[in-house]
Amino acid sequence: MTIALTVNGHPHQVDLPDDVPLLWVLRDTLGLTGTKFGCGVSACGACTVHIDGEAVRSCQVALGDVWGDVTTIEAQGTPDALSILQKAWVDHQVAQCGYCQSGQIMQAAALLAETPSPSDEDIDTAMAGNLCRCGTYPRIRAAIHDAAAKMSEV
Amino acid sequence: MSRIGTIARRTFLIGSAAIAGGVAFGIYKLNETPENPLTPGTGEAALNPFIFLDQTGVTIITPRAEMGQGVHTTLAALAAEELDLDWQDVRVLHGPPAAAYYNNAMVGGLLPFKEYQMTGWQHMMAGQLDKAGKFLSLQVTGGSTSMRDGFDRLREAGASARETLKLAASDRLGVAAASLRTESGRVIAPDGTSIAYGELAEAAAQIVPPTVTLRDPSQWRYLGQSMPRLDQVAKATGTAQFGIDTRMEGMKFATIRQNPQRAAMSSFDASAAETMPGVEKIIALETGVAVVASNTWLAFQAADAIDITWAPAPYPTDQDAIWAAIEDSFDTEPNSTLRHDGNLVDLPEEATLVEAEYRMPFLAHATMEPMNATALFTGDALQVTCGNQSPVMVRDKCAEATGLTPDQVTVQTTIMGGGFGRRGDVDYAVLAAQVAQQMPGTPIQLTWTREEDMTQDFYRPAAIGRFRGAVQDGKVLALDGKIAGPSVNASAMPRWTGMEASGPDKIHVEGAYDQPYAIPNYRIAGHLTDLGIPLGYWRSVGASVTAFLHETFIDELALAAGRDPLDLRLELMRDEHPPSAACLEKVAEMSGWTGQTPDGIGRGVAFSFSFGTPVAQVVEVAQTDAGIRINKVWVACDVGLALDPSIVRAQMMSGVIFGLSAAAMGEITFADGAVEQQNFYDYDALRMHTAPAVEVAILENKTHLSGAGEPGTPPSMPALGNALFDLTGTRARSLPLMHSFDLLM
Repeated sequence: MTIALTVNGHPHQVDLPDDVPLLWVLRDTLGLTGTKFGCGVSACGACTVHIDGEAVRSCQVALGDVWGDVTTIEAQGTPDALSILQKAWVDHQVAQCGYCQSGQIMQAAALLAETPSPSDEDIDTAMAGNLCRCGTYPRIRAAIHDAAAKMSEV
Repeated sequence: MSRIGTIARRTFLIGSAAIAGGVAFGIYKLNETPENPLTPGTGEAALNPFIFLDQTGVTIITPRAEMGQGVHTTLAALAAEELDLDWQDVRVLHGPPAAAYYNNAMVGGLLPFKEYQMTGWQHMMAGQLDKAGKFLSLQVTGGSTSMRDGFDRLREAGASARETLKLAASDRLGVAAASLRTESGRVIAPDGTSIAYGELAEAAAQIVPPTVTLRDPSQWRYLGQSMPRLDQVAKATGTAQFGIDTRMEGMKFATIRQNPQRAAMSSFDASAAETMPGVEKIIALETGVAVVASNTWLAFQAADAIDITWAPAPYPTDQDAIWAAIEDSFDTEPNSTLRHDGNLVDLPEEATLVEAEYRMPFLAHATMEPMNATALFTGDALQVTCGNQSPVMVRDKCAEATGLTPDQVTVQTTIMGGGFGRRGDVDYAVLAAQVAQQMPGTPIQLTWTREEDMTQDFYRPAAIGRFRGAVQDGKVLALDGKIAGPSVNASAMPRWTGMEASGPDKIHVEGAYDQPYAIPNYRIAGHLTDLGIPLGYWRSVGASVTAFLHETFIDELALAAGRDPLDLRLELMRDEHPPSAACLEKVAEMSGWTGQTPDGIGRGVAFSFSFGTPVAQVVEVAQTDAGIRINKVWVACDVGLALDPSIVRAQMMSGVIFGLSAAAMGEITFADGAVEQQNFYDYDALRMHTAPAVEVAILENKTHLSGAGEPGTPPSMPALGNALFDLTGTRARSLPLMHSFDLLM
C-alpha cells in the first residue's frame, strides 16, 4: 500500500509501512539527506522539519500520522539563493561540524515565524531541544538575532 | 556528484592503484619524499600531492580531515596564499589514503619533554622524530597538530605549484619566468597577457618543480586573517555531504547490534526478524549481528527483534569493581614519574599539609553523527566511504578484514559530523566492509543507532588522583600527585599501530607533569590499571583527566595558603614561562578579576598547557531560581601564530563548551559488564539555555605555532569546579558536578 505525502511542495507516493518515521522516509526513500539522524528518540533535534509550518522531530512522526505538508532544510533556500536565516548563519560562521545545523535552522525558522523579534529567553526556550556537540550556541544565538533584525527590514 | 567529485573519484581510484605499484608500509627512508598519489588524466596535473589542476582550475587536496574544526579552510588558505588564488575560487578535497599525507607533527609529541621548557635542540629532535609518522603511515587527524603539520607543507606546495606554472607560461610565451607574476589564478606577462592556471595544466605536469622560498609573513593576504570558511554555505543548506548522506545506486541500509559486554557474539535467533518488513539479509559477525534492509529504520526494528546471547565481559563488570581495581593500582610501582623536582620527603614541620582525592569518570565521544560507513564489495575490490580521522587505517583494516590487499581498497573520506577522537578508530568502517562482503555487488550503508554509538565507544578513561601538598607563609612548598587509571595508550596503540605501548606513558600524566609552575618540590607519578575496557583518544586526551586533578588541587593549595588563586598561579608561573603567565594576566584583565564576588555569583580560574598551547580561563556561575547557571567564560590562549583568528576563537569556544558539558554532566558507568548510558537523555551536554557566553583573547607571545582544537577543553573543567566552590563553599572532588550541585539543566 502506498501512502501520499507532500514534501517541499512536491507530492510523493511512498511504499513503506505506515509506522516508519518520517525521518527515514525523507532520508532513505526520498533521498532528502539534509535532515539528519542524531538520536532517534527526540533528544537532539537534528531531525527537525516543519509540518504545516510547525517544527517537529521527524524521528517521532510516523509516516501514517503526517498531518500536513512537510518542509525540510532543502526548501529553506539553496546555496545560490540563501534564505535570510541561512545568510545569517553564513555571516556568523555558525557551523563547525555542521551536522546539527539543519535541525537548528529549521527550529529557528519556526521560532522566527511565530516570534519575529525573539528575546534571549525566547531563544533559550525554543532552541533547548537542539543539541550541538561542537558548542556553536553563542553564534546560533547571534545569527537568530541578526536574522530577526534583517527580516523586520524586509 | 559534482565535477570535482568525479575528478577526485577517478583520480583517487587511479591514485590508489598507483600506490600498489611501489608505495607500501615502511619502504621509505626517513628523508625521501613519498610518491604523489594523485594521477592526473589528459589536460590535468597533480603538481604535488596537495595541488590538483585541471581546465576548471585548482583543487587543494588536504592531508588532514574536516570534522568541524575548520582545517579545510586554513589548510587551503596556506596553499592559496602562495598560489595566488582568489578566495572564491578555492576548492578543497580530502586526500586518499597515501603515505604522502602522513602527519608530520604527531610522533614528536610522544617525547616526554615538558613542552613549555623545550629548547631549540629538543624541538629539532621532536621534528626528526615526527618524520617517523611516515613509517607508521600516520595519516591521522588529531593531537591538535593540523596547523603544525601543514604550515610549511601547504605553503611549499602552493609556492612550488606557482613557480612551476610560471615555467610553463614562460615556455609558452617565450619570456623569462622571472618576468612573470601570478594573480587571481592566472600567470601574467609584462605585456599584460595572462593565462589561466588551468590552461597550463598539461604543460606544467611535464616540468620538474623548482626549489622555492616562502613569502615573508608581511606579504600575507590570507594568513592571519579570519577567512570565510569554505563549508558554511553547504552546512547552512543541508547540502553538505556527511558519510551518512552517501547514496549509491542500489544501496541497501544496514545496522548492527554488538555485544554490549565488548566480547564475542555466542549465538542468536533471528527467526522473528527474518520476516519483518524490508529485511533482506541477516549476517552473523564475530562481535554481533547485522541486518540489511530497504530502510535504516526497518533494519533497526529487525535488529531489536533478534535474540542474541553474548560472551561475558573481559573486564570487571560493575563500576564499584572498576574503582576498586583503579585504587589497587596505587599500590603498584609507578609506570612513570615524569616530573620529580626537589625533595618530597623532608618537608618542614611548620608547613600546612593539604591532601585530596579526585575521581574522573569514563566519557563517551558522542559525536552528533552516529558511527556509519558505506561499503561496496565486488570480489576483488572494496570501496569504502566514510568520515574518518585515519584513511590509511580504514584502508588497511578493511583490507585485512575482507581478505583483500590494501591496493584493492579505495577510501573516500567525507566530512565528519564530529570526531573528537572517535573517528580515529575505524571499527565502524571495518564492520561495514564485512557486511558488504556478504552481499557482493550491493552497496551497503551501515548505520549505528545512537544507543549502539554510546555503548560501543572507545571511552575516555576513568581515573583517580591522589594529591598531597604543603604550603607555608603563603607559598607553595610541595605538590605530589599520583594519577591512577587504565591507560588509553595501552588500549589504543595495538589497534592503531599493531604495537604494544611501552615505556613511560606520557599521555597518562600529560596535563599534570608538564605544567609551568615553579614549585620547588614537585612530583607527578602515573600508575596504570590493567582493566580491559576499550579506551580511545578523547578531545584533549590525558589533559582531559589530569587538568581537573591538578588545577583543583592548586586551588586547594591557594585556599590553604590564604592566597588568591589567580595571583598564586601567576607568581608560580611568571618566571617559569612568561607566555603562560601572560595568558593568566590577560584573562584576569578580561574578566575584571578582583578575587571577590557578590552573593549569588561564583568565579573560578584554571590554567592548562596542552598541545603546545597555554590556556587560562575564568568561569562565572550564578545562582538562579532554576538552579546554578554557567554565565560566562573568559579565555586567553597563546597559539604562537593564529593563522585564522576566527577559527581559533571558534575552536576555543567549542573546546570550552565540550569540557564544561563533560564536567557538568558527562559520565559513563558500567553495570553487568555493559555501559549504562544509552542516548542523549542520559548522556547530555550543554544546550542553548545552559551554555555560557564565551569571550576569547588570542595572544601570540610564544615562538612555536601550536594547536587550537583541544587546549580549550582541559582548563574548563577545573575552572567550573573552582567557580562552584567560590559560589557554594562546597569542594567537589569528583565529576560530573551535577551529582554535587543543583545545576541548571
